[in-house]
Amino acid sequence: MVRYIFKTAGRHLALAIVLGLLWLALSGEEHWSNPTLAVFGAGSVLLCVWLADRAGMLDKEGVPTRVFPGIISYMFWLTLEIGKANVAVVRHALSPKLSISPGMLRVPAYQASDIGKTIFANSITLTPGTVTVDVYEGSILVHALTEELADMEGITSMGERVCALDGPEGREWARQKRLEAQEAGREQVSS
Amino acid sequence: MAAIIDFLSWALFLVGSLFVFAGALGLVRFPDFYTRIHAGGVTDTFGSELILLAMALQSDDFTTIIKLFFIALFLLLTSPVATHAIAHSAWVGKLNPLVGKNLRYPDKREDL
Repeated sequence: MVRYIFKTAGRHLALAIVLGLLWLALSGEEHWSNPTLAVFGAGSVLLCVWLADRAGMLDKEGVPTRVFPGIISYMFWLTLEIGKANVAVVRHALSPKLSISPGMLRVPAYQASDIGKTIFANSITLTPGTVTVDVYEGSILVHALTEELADMEGITSMGERVCALDGPEGREWARQKRLEAQEAGREQVSS
Repeated sequence: MAAIIDFLSWALFLVGSLFVFAGALGLVRFPDFYTRIHAGGVTDTFGSELILLAMALQSDDFTTIIKLFFIALFLLLTSPVATHAIAHSAWVGKLNPLVGKNLRYPDKREDL
């Protein structure tokens, strides 16, 4: 029964819960205890869910329920990475002699969903010292400020973390893509 | 307790301002378009976020903290989109970046 409800109305329910919590957080105590205002709040939440449903926005991109469980720990990890990169870039900006060595690099991006790819590209851009310049089918073109910041392994491991947000299927898909890319690379080398 | 929070908040204000200042300095000092974007990234992330965190420590009202949190969240979500839009338009507009230690323009785009 519960599973049936989640399967048919899961995204509606998730959006309603998130909007409800948002309303509770933004309106403050004196609003929750007032019955009239509480009913207005619940009504506006329902109206928003209905409008989003009518606009066809309640799909896997509009309400990415699959991403929700892992995104919090990912954000904490990303904050640490951003902190490290910030210190590196600030050191270059403040050092008396400019010692930067910019370059471009192509990072493989095997995210199964478009939202996964978007999270990956935006995470790269958000980390100072690396900016996503272009996005292709299976890779991302990145401009890096120095050779140390153009850390291929670090960015690839970030990509793997984003793949994990797509759930077990996403991870499996990424693994297969990686194997295919390796095979293709080997053929190129041998021919 | 209030004194400790006050002290923490002022420390965060100072560190955040240092990041904003370093970002602005990098914006002037770095040699070309693409490298300057990186300096802007520092101001976007830790500069603004640390100052917002310091403000949250200063406020004594829960709704204010929630609102500051949402400002920080939306900054984190939107600033990379804007940065990417600028960098991508420069790339599509055939602006080549400086590369390597001696900061040379590549002869051809394929060399990158």
